[in-house]
Amino acid sequence: MADIRIALVGNPNTGKSTLFNLLTGLNQKIGNFPGITVDKKTGFCTLNSGKTAEIVDLPGTYSLYPKSKDESIVFQVLADKSNPSHPDVVVLVADATNLRRNLLLFSQVADLGLPMLLVLNMTDLAKKEGINIHVDKLAKRLGVQVVAISARDSAGIEKLRAALSNVTLISTQAKSIDVTIFAADAIAAIKTKINTDNDYYALQVLHQHEHLDFFTSRQQEEIEAIEKANHFETNTLQAAETVARYRHLSTILTDVVVDLGAEKKFIVTDKLDSILTHKVWGFAIFIGILFFVFNAIFSWSSYPMGLIETGFATLTDLGHAYLPAGLLTDLLVDGVLAGLGGVVIFIPQIAILFALISILEDTGYMARVTFMMDKIMRKFGLSGKSVVPMIGGIACAVPSIMSARNIESWKDRIITIMVTPLVSCSARLPVYTLLISLVVPRKSILGIFSLQGLTLMVMYLISILAAVLVAWVMKFLIKAKEKSYFIMELPVYRMPRWKNVMYTMFEKSKTFVVEAGKIIIAISIVLWVLATYGPGDRFTKIDQKYAAIEQYSKDSVQLASLERDRSAEKLENSYAGVLGKAIEPAIKPLGFDWKIGIALITSFAAREAFVGTMSTIYSVDSGEGESTTIRAKMSAARNPETGLPVFTFATSLSLMLFYAFAMQCMSTVAVVYRETKSWKWPMIQLVYMTALAYVASLVAYQLLS
Amino acid sequence: MKLSQLNPGEQGTIVAFTDLEMSVKLMEMGCLPGEVVEVERFAPLGDPMAIRVAGYQLCLRKNEAAVIIIQ
Repeated sequence: MADIRIALVGNPNTGKSTLFNLLTGLNQKIGNFPGITVDKKTGFCTLNSGKTAEIVDLPGTYSLYPKSKDESIVFQVLADKSNPSHPDVVVLVADATNLRRNLLLFSQVADLGLPMLLVLNMTDLAKKEGINIHVDKLAKRLGVQVVAISARDSAGIEKLRAALSNVTLISTQAKSIDVTIFAADAIAAIKTKINTDNDYYALQVLHQHEHLDFFTSRQQEEIEAIEKANHFETNTLQAAETVARYRHLSTILTDVVVDLGAEKKFIVTDKLDSILTHKVWGFAIFIGILFFVFNAIFSWSSYPMGLIETGFATLTDLGHAYLPAGLLTDLLVDGVLAGLGGVVIFIPQIAILFALISILEDTGYMARVTFMMDKIMRKFGLSGKSVVPMIGGIACAVPSIMSARNIESWKDRIITIMVTPLVSCSARLPVYTLLISLVVPRKSILGIFSLQGLTLMVMYLISILAAVLVAWVMKFLIKAKEKSYFIMELPVYRMPRWKNVMYTMFEKSKTFVVEAGKIIIAISIVLWVLATYGPGDRFTKIDQKYAAIEQYSKDSVQLASLERDRSAEKLENSYAGVLGKAIEPAIKPLGFDWKIGIALITSFAAREAFVGTMSTIYSVDSGEGESTTIRAKMSAARNPETGLPVFTFATSLSLMLFYAFAMQCMSTVAVVYRETKSWKWPMIQLVYMTALAYVASLVAYQLLS
Repeated sequence: MKLSQLNPGEQGTIVAFTDLEMSVKLMEMGCLPGEVVEVERFAPLGDPMAIRVAGYQLCLRKNEAAVIIIQ
């Protein structure tokens, strides 16, 4: 248990997360705010006094009046004393290079009456730009401690720790504006109704009570009645309040901020923007960056992946050699270990992907992509802001669908949610890489572009194209609830903060391994059981049959192949085989056999189970003592009837397209349900994606075979 | 004159808004009456646009910039 709870509040792009990482180190976890699916980042930090502080990182916002779902959490946490995340102290993180706009939020939070501390971040940058801030004067005028730091190079962190240690739990801030002038009677009525003595809290309740779930429906009706009786006009009053606050802040900041080198900070950004958002170069560079990302995923990861691959093969050998032979060993080695290997091998690729995406976001480039793409995206019923969830979808649809909460318009948001799972996520990467390495030769074009990397990029382009086309269709089917808008800050370009990149990479990879790993290991065990046992007395009959043949055969070569035939026949007659066979008629036109059918069934919950399933099936199939890699096993697989390879180009492509389009992810279904609060949307999504997958595979296979 | 009618590099002072709901959002982001705005550039496809106001860069669509009346 922590002694004190501290919330970090601030505008977006103020370096709040960097400060959070600095204070908590790796001692943090990501959870959810109860009832709503907003990421809640909490961590612990030891203060100079020896006390521990729990630090809560709240979503970035420009104002306590929320414009999106994510932002609404800030007021909820700060206003509701019974909220489990309600802080003892608020640390407001402000960008020193743009103090006035940042202090708007400060003045709102200050009026709620919580104990506060103001952190001026990026003071190094401000100094470079010729902005001088008289910290002591500011502290005196605001009535709170003000600490100047620079989170990027950890300057001032010790001062902040010291300030946090002796922070008082009584609010000291000076009153900013008198909010009762806006709606005196309504505020007075609310204060008695909900029993508070804070004017600003009462005013906020009048403005946004519809979105606050800690009031009972009866209280809501009473607040509504007060609003009606006093002719409370929310837009006019918010506008008046904002103007009054800025006027107040201008007084506060007189002689506090001395700006000598105004506009200096834009010189570099302007130059970069004239190239990076250029009519021709802008798009060329964007495509170049995308290609670089895919190339990196393939080429940088090949060495560590090779190591992991051989590592697991060695472990399998050792397991079979040293563990006592028997069912338990088989389960451990062919079930659990094979499944685990299937997950671990993709850590390098996923880590590279997440690192590169977080670099793009951190530098400010992602905001420019949004800016460039908005017009195109709007044509297809999306918004420029849909680009971020969709690019994020390359990593994982689940957090991306949650990040769609930044999109203010309901229709834009729903369409983004509906198409994001079509974008090829990292869980499909294992499927693609495996199949591409089977059928696409390891050659390079023009000496630099690997043919395999290029194929992978084409798969991603197909998926993005599909997402955009589906969005375009939905644009006509879904009715808009309100106007969509696109007002967004374009942050200045910065060097990526490498520590943040490392944290993101580590956190995301860990989440993938743990979350996907749990499902995959469970599926691997179930699968091993299904593949090792069969209905009725089929297995005994097979054993008897082969025992009889063995008696008459003395040829050792023939005996070895006999062992393989027996394993294959057993697999065919196991529960898994029976299931796979049952769906074979439906998937045969797509070029899939019953073994692939088993993989399709297990992938229904999580598509990354494909590789694990393939490893398990082919381990069981090959019998003991033959521990080659899964790739070798699959490329050696032959159709028992024709003797031709199972994984031809047509079958592999058809399979890749199926995995590209099908909704094979329980977590996504669950998150769409949570985000849209109804089963309607996840069900529509499941049906349309499965239909799309089936048709695409069917057409591809029939044309190519 | 509307902000959306300016060319890149041109400046103006905000005097009013024609849409109340939009004005609340714009003002929170620092677009206050009396503030000087400069059009920085248009996106490669002509929309949205990037403006500089109150010491930072903001991007918004042309139809949103059209609610800002400038002098």
